[in-house]
Amino acid sequence: MTREITLSKAVNEAIAEEMRRDPTIFLIGEDVAEAGTPFKVLSGLVEEFGTDRVIDTPISEPGFMGMAVGAAMTGSRPIVDLMFGDFIYLVMDQLCNQAAKTHYMSGGKLKVPLVLRTNMGATRRSAAQHSQSLQAIVAHIPGLKVAMPSSAYEAKGLLKTAIRDDNPVVIFEDKLMYNDKAPVPEEEYLIPFGKANIKRAGRDITLVATSSMVQVAEAAAKILEADGISAEVIDPRTIVPLDEETILNSVRKTSRAIVIDEGHQNYGVTAEIASRISEKAFYHLDAPVIRMGAMDVPVPFSPALEDLTVPTAAKVVENARKICRGELVHAA
Amino acid sequence: MSANPKHNAEDYIRMYRQMVRIRAFEDNANQLYLSAKMPGLTHMYTGQEAVAVGICEALTAEDKITSTHRGHGHCVAKGAEFKEMFCELLGKEEGYCRGKGGSMHIADQGNGNLGANAIVGGSMGIATGSALSAKRLGNGQVTVCFFGDGATAQGLWYEVMNMAALWKLPVIYACENNGYSEYTKTAEIAAGSLTARAESFGIEAFKVDGQDVLAVNKITTELVERCRKGEGPFFLELQTYRYHGHHVGDINREYYRSKDEEADWKESRDPIKNFGKWLSEQKILTEEELGAVDSEVAAEAKAAVDYALEAPYPNAAEVDMHVFAGVEHALDYLAGGRA
Repeated sequence: MTREITLSKAVNEAIAEEMRRDPTIFLIGEDVAEAGTPFKVLSGLVEEFGTDRVIDTPISEPGFMGMAVGAAMTGSRPIVDLMFGDFIYLVMDQLCNQAAKTHYMSGGKLKVPLVLRTNMGATRRSAAQHSQSLQAIVAHIPGLKVAMPSSAYEAKGLLKTAIRDDNPVVIFEDKLMYNDKAPVPEEEYLIPFGKANIKRAGRDITLVATSSMVQVAEAAAKILEADGISAEVIDPRTIVPLDEETILNSVRKTSRAIVIDEGHQNYGVTAEIASRISEKAFYHLDAPVIRMGAMDVPVPFSPALEDLTVPTAAKVVENARKICRGELVHAA
Repeated sequence: MSANPKHNAEDYIRMYRQMVRIRAFEDNANQLYLSAKMPGLTHMYTGQEAVAVGICEALTAEDKITSTHRGHGHCVAKGAEFKEMFCELLGKEEGYCRGKGGSMHIADQGNGNLGANAIVGGSMGIATGSALSAKRLGNGQVTVCFFGDGATAQGLWYEVMNMAALWKLPVIYACENNGYSEYTKTAEIAAGSLTARAESFGIEAFKVDGQDVLAVNKITTELVERCRKGEGPFFLELQTYRYHGHHVGDINREYYRSKDEEADWKESRDPIKNFGKWLSEQKILTEEELGAVDSEVAAEAKAAVDYALEAPYPNAAEVDMHVFAGVEHALDYLAGGRA
């Protein structure tokens, strides 16, 4: 049986199901218990699992992140809730110097099975310190896995996989999608890491898109269809590991690609994927691979400015039309 | 020197031997550095032996410790073997971490050592999380978080002390105050009193002579038992001294520390010399027997060094192994290959 539920509910269900299955799992973060987070994603969990397993912390991100690493090394499986993705900067030492490297530095003896759930996404009028999409920064660090769910279905299936993984996994949920509904099976399912989803098949151009950018790519694909341009939309689902094969097979077929991600464009997720396509499918390409990330400015507060900084379906359509006509998006 | 009547002679002799083992390990590690046989640098624990031994002798193998960049002493005291330790220092395959961690990341999970840490104060969260885990899982384990006076300047400590106190976690914060934060006197980096900082969170704090192994062991034994009863956390400030510089390459250091001061600590407050004297006075070991322990340990260390020097390096194929648990080679996996 499949029903439509919100992304928020999907996350809540994934955590509840896994916590029922495994008593070593606990949740830790700011206002995760009675408040259920500012987005109400975790509402109801403390009532079922108690404050022993749904642990409210002081506003001490490095502290509770570090504690999660230590707990993970000693038989627990913590799920850390980081209220805003922007706060990743606060936990960088514990995440990148400690969690990411412990298994390697110990020659495989110590494991750090923890999940860091956080969010991303601009256009919520939250300005520069509550709107960033920092997945590239985390994806850069060997030892961390990074998942980017694009709907309630992915959010549930990827989170359950993350919780069962024996490594530190960072999941970025788009905070503007918490109320978006999608069909989600009643039955248990898991989505494997490193397996991209072909959201829409096409012949002329490949749109590789992450998280909410999948919606942008799908909207663009519909518009392009009216022009007679058949776009294939690929959602990698995890950017570490990245399912290169599905992406490269698609590009070998379409000969063109645009990569869309809401992180900053410079040195970003789009750059990495575009580079792998250019390196590994160069002779199949009819046009340069185009990166579409967030504008390389701090996210502005004013709606008139903020909306200019994120990739839009209209801009994807414009770029796709150009490269399908054999025009350059950027002057040579 | 205060005797603990609960301990028998066997315990005292083991403490003496463990302190001698740490000193011998460090002397050999220093020689390996000076003779350019060891890659990189290392930080000597020499002089602080009574802290590691006094504390670790109060713990079980299941209890956990987190260690620091100056961590060889903790590792030995928690039960590690010389052979695997020297192999690790030399980057050899048979090292505790298969040569991937080295001196600053040596870990011995089998004996409850969650690892040295090259970020000053970096393990304070890990230790407190280990205590949270123990409390949740109800396994009765206590965690000791070793750190130096320099680490008290890290904000992380105040965050985790706050949570440890709120949640009554079984963790002991053991600050080895050796008087120097790298190349700077502690008095120049620490305002007020360290014990008062812990006390401000409602944490009971104790100042202990870190050169007196029995005093360290006595207070730790009490605090470990109280932690097991749910009365933690605790803070210990152990006054001690590092005989070497910040690291083995810090040789000309008179600009921050006088030779007279160093000589005075070595002469009058050496933890091994003083404990040996006490053992002899108490007729627990004769001078000859003390000498025999020293020789046995020296031979053990030499054999381990010789073994490690000849031991093989890891195979090149190891380089991308252990990046992820459950993934054999990370590079294939990162390119989309299956684990």
